Amino acid sequence: MLEASNLECVRGERSLFADVSFRLDGGEMLYLQGTNGSGKTSLLRMLCALTPAVSGEILWRGTPIGKLGEEFRSQLCYLGHQNAIKEELTPLENLLSAARLAQAALDEDAALDALALVGLRGREDLACRYLSQGQKRRAALARLVNEKRPLWVLDEPYVALDPAAVELVAGLIGAHLQAGGLAVLTTHQTVAVPAGAVRGLWLGDGDATQRSR
Amino acid sequence: MLILLRAVIGRDLRLAMRRQADIVAAAFFFIIVVSLFPLGVGPEPDQLRRMAPGVLWVAALLATMLSLPRLFADDHRDGTLEQLALAPQPLALIVLGKVIAHWLVAGLPLVVLAPVLGIQFDLSQDALAVLTVSLLIGTPALSGIGAIGAALTLGVRGGGVLLSLLVLPLYIPVLIFGAGAVDATVSGLGPQAHLSLLGALALGGVFFAPWPTAAALRVALE
Repeated sequence: MLEASNLECVRGERSLFADVSFRLDGGEMLYLQGTNGSGKTSLLRMLCALTPAVSGEILWRGTPIGKLGEEFRSQLCYLGHQNAIKEELTPLENLLSAARLAQAALDEDAALDALALVGLRGREDLACRYLSQGQKRRAALARLVNEKRPLWVLDEPYVALDPAAVELVAGLIGAHLQAGGLAVLTTHQTVAVPAGAVRGLWLGDGDATQRSR
Repeated sequence: MLILLRAVIGRDLRLAMRRQADIVAAAFFFIIVVSLFPLGVGPEPDQLRRMAPGVLWVAALLATMLSLPRLFADDHRDGTLEQLALAPQPLALIVLGKVIAHWLVAGLPLVVLAPVLGIQFDLSQDALAVLTVSLLIGTPALSGIGAIGAALTLGVRGGGVLLSLLVLPLYIPVLIFGAGAVDATVSGLGPQAHLSLLGALALGGVFFAPWPTAAALRVALE
């Protein structure tokens, strides 16, 4: 479904990686690893069509993502380095407005259930600036609970989370894979995802190797 | 499409309500600048009446500019802008929503305040009405054109100064026709010609600016 061939990333004068190719089908997860500054986030942003690739192309269901445009974006859920949480709004308002912008149907009860699931029960009506770093991350990850879009691109989803929350997020990803979804994620923590096939991709020192487990 | 527009406007208005200091600051700036002029130049009614359109319009223009740098900067900093750019709708539409919200927060209060402040300059009732109408038509253009500058300077250090340099020249036609409409009323000519031109600028500003703005935002996000 998602296919990348010969991707190259250049930042300034430096080439971060070249000749990165992989293929991902429904129910599979790409586990992106690499040293700091090896271009993991850049690769994720390329997969979202936020950054254009210097060379190579990315195909979604056989069509380049640049050509698909909105059609591709409606299939994609991206959780970036930053939480995309508004400090002035409550977790509930954040979740609802994110769903409205993504044009996903989400009623208030479902949103409250999602927040309870990620452990923010009782904090739904507290402005996010009063939450701790981990709680803000949980508020951002609550989006994944009711997320139906097939491709998830997650940048360091486990950062700032406690072990129980990490387990929970891994469970969400597992359920998503089981339902036939795709996931691409970067992390420095080794976390077992309960279901789905995992592919590994190592970025670093200008070359990339792909391993399958 | 309208649902998305409403979602963006609703979100931005709610954010503005939680951060009322920004709205109040721009409005106070407008009030203070306009009120200082009669005190500074002296109570000569003829002189004040001649100055009024220019002073009010320049103050409105600067007050609008005060809030421009934050139009996209906050969303950029917390990662919301990426989510907006990845929404399954044209980014220009989202920008249009943000421009409308910016006008409601930064432009509309000026329109409401202007007739009250105009009294200090001994403006006639007709002139006050035309002043209000000209601001009502002109301020959306300021928000629309300003959005282009805000997007172009996004993430640039010292972007505030650059933003002024980029946007002020584009504001000049709005200023000329806006102040000109009031001037024409004061001197007995009709304001229609000026207001029509101002309307054309506003339509252009609001409905064409979102496209270059969206393109500039995509570049800033790369």
